[in-house]
Amino acid sequence: MKVFVPVKRVIDFNVKVRVKADGSGVETANVKMSMNPFDEIAVEEAVRMKEAGTAEEIVAISMGVQQCQETIRTALAMGADSGIHVLTDAELQPLAVAKLLKALVERDKPDLVILGKQAIDDDANQTGQMLAALLGWSQGTFASKIALEDGKAVVTREIDGGLETVSLKMPAVVSVDLRLNEPRYASLPNIMKAKKKPIEQLSPEDLGVDATPRLVTLKVAEPPKRGGGVKVADVAELVDKLRNEAKVIP
Amino acid sequence: MSALVIAEHDNREIKPATLNTVAAARALGGEVAVLVAGQDCAAVGEAAAKIEGVAKVLVADAPHYGHHLAENLAPLVAGLAKDHGHLLAPSTTFGKNLMPRVAALLDSAQISDIVAVEGPDTFVRPIYAGNALATVQSKDPVKVITVRSTAFDPAAAEGGSAAVETIDAGEDAGLSSFVGHELSKSERPELTTAGIVISGGRGMQSGENFAMLERVADKLGAAIGASRAAVDAGFVPNDYQVGQTGKIVAPELYIAVGISGAIQHLAGMKDSKVIVAINKDEEAPIFSVADYGLVADLFEAVPALEAELGK
Repeated sequence: MKVFVPVKRVIDFNVKVRVKADGSGVETANVKMSMNPFDEIAVEEAVRMKEAGTAEEIVAISMGVQQCQETIRTALAMGADSGIHVLTDAELQPLAVAKLLKALVERDKPDLVILGKQAIDDDANQTGQMLAALLGWSQGTFASKIALEDGKAVVTREIDGGLETVSLKMPAVVSVDLRLNEPRYASLPNIMKAKKKPIEQLSPEDLGVDATPRLVTLKVAEPPKRGGGVKVADVAELVDKLRNEAKVIP
Repeated sequence: MSALVIAEHDNREIKPATLNTVAAARALGGEVAVLVAGQDCAAVGEAAAKIEGVAKVLVADAPHYGHHLAENLAPLVAGLAKDHGHLLAPSTTFGKNLMPRVAALLDSAQISDIVAVEGPDTFVRPIYAGNALATVQSKDPVKVITVRSTAFDPAAAEGGSAAVETIDAGEDAGLSSFVGHELSKSERPELTTAGIVISGGRGMQSGENFAMLERVADKLGAAIGASRAAVDAGFVPNDYQVGQTGKIVAPELYIAVGISGAIQHLAGMKDSKVIVAINKDEEAPIFSVADYGLVADLFEAVPALEAELGK
């Protein structure tokens, strides 16, 4: 089985994001970038499938600026076999990413695409579902467990009220949630080995996809600041304030 | 052209987030219709017809809509786009699962998790865990939108009298099937709609210790939540998680117990009306957003809180 794992390069989750003074976006210059944490979980799951003998080949795919190759290298160091980099300096929105992935899926014919449920930069939570729609494939979103059996993927999903299990006809797109696994750290020998693994580079034009953004960002602003309040001395004072000042409890 | 709200329901009742989504649809300025797709869901259709401001309810009833599989629902919803300029669903796991599939079928760029309507094609949505607000404009003929329910006051569940129309169901796509579910059973209010939420973090030290929060919650009629750290540590199930990648809540009162206040957690609760933080570390970032901060050992403060509320 061949597995595609799309991985996104995003601002590291520990960085406090700052809005640019001109309101055109957020500051990305000289900011630490990392693989989207949910995509790390997807890579880990694919590598575990390979270790379990259910997957033979893992291809990590990233799209965007030249430095996305670093993100692909991270996936290769974790255990992916090869990479594909769709190079563009233009903004890519989820619909465009889904179209580019569709073109690659039709070319390389993977059996499973596994990716993070959302990227922590645009928080869109769209790409996996869009890709499944464009391919006419089944989708298992927000997965906390994936079992492959008899040409089906049985996926346990994190839903608002608890858990739901669905059976998907393969090929399928699965988007992963936090509790699926804990991603490994790449070992130094594997980081060295990853440098020799192949990465194919192509452009959106090579794939025949119009990747022009469809949503126009008019401005980006800071959210209203919430002022800190007061410290209370003890529980009695707290309850008194909640009852008589804030009036939020009876 | 009217806006179409995709109702979230369990074939018996409408989920409350649908009412907030109707409110967002009304802010677009046009007529609002509601789609109820499910199995044996006539009662839901009747309830939807009573929502204030709804002009029409469409009911599609079929066995393969019973579990709201996106593979089956998306073509139905996309097929209704010719009569509706806006398609909206709540930004719950239901809406997040379904709407991008609809958007892709329509070749439309979805606008996720909107918190304000600036005009028929212009919306505000949080990015970077709510650390920035983007105002975006859609040029697509059909706008596909998910709505952050805490940002819109719910439409009244009573008072409307919309016409109910049955529409033809589409086919079973045959791509996926429902196997089963394990729903958290609780007598407490639902986390995203509760008036009071009490959440525990890593400082709770164990799942058993959440019983302390439950006793306080019982006194207040509150829902129980948790930080990602508490979920990752296995103290509580994932559906308790409040934050960027969990649930977004905005209750009248949010009590954070043993939660340090990572930005990913603040993203899920900072729009609460009143925030209380109980933490023994007075440098914890949670205090920077708390209206009332109590620097104390939670293992003393929480039982004391329970006792004080009983007075």
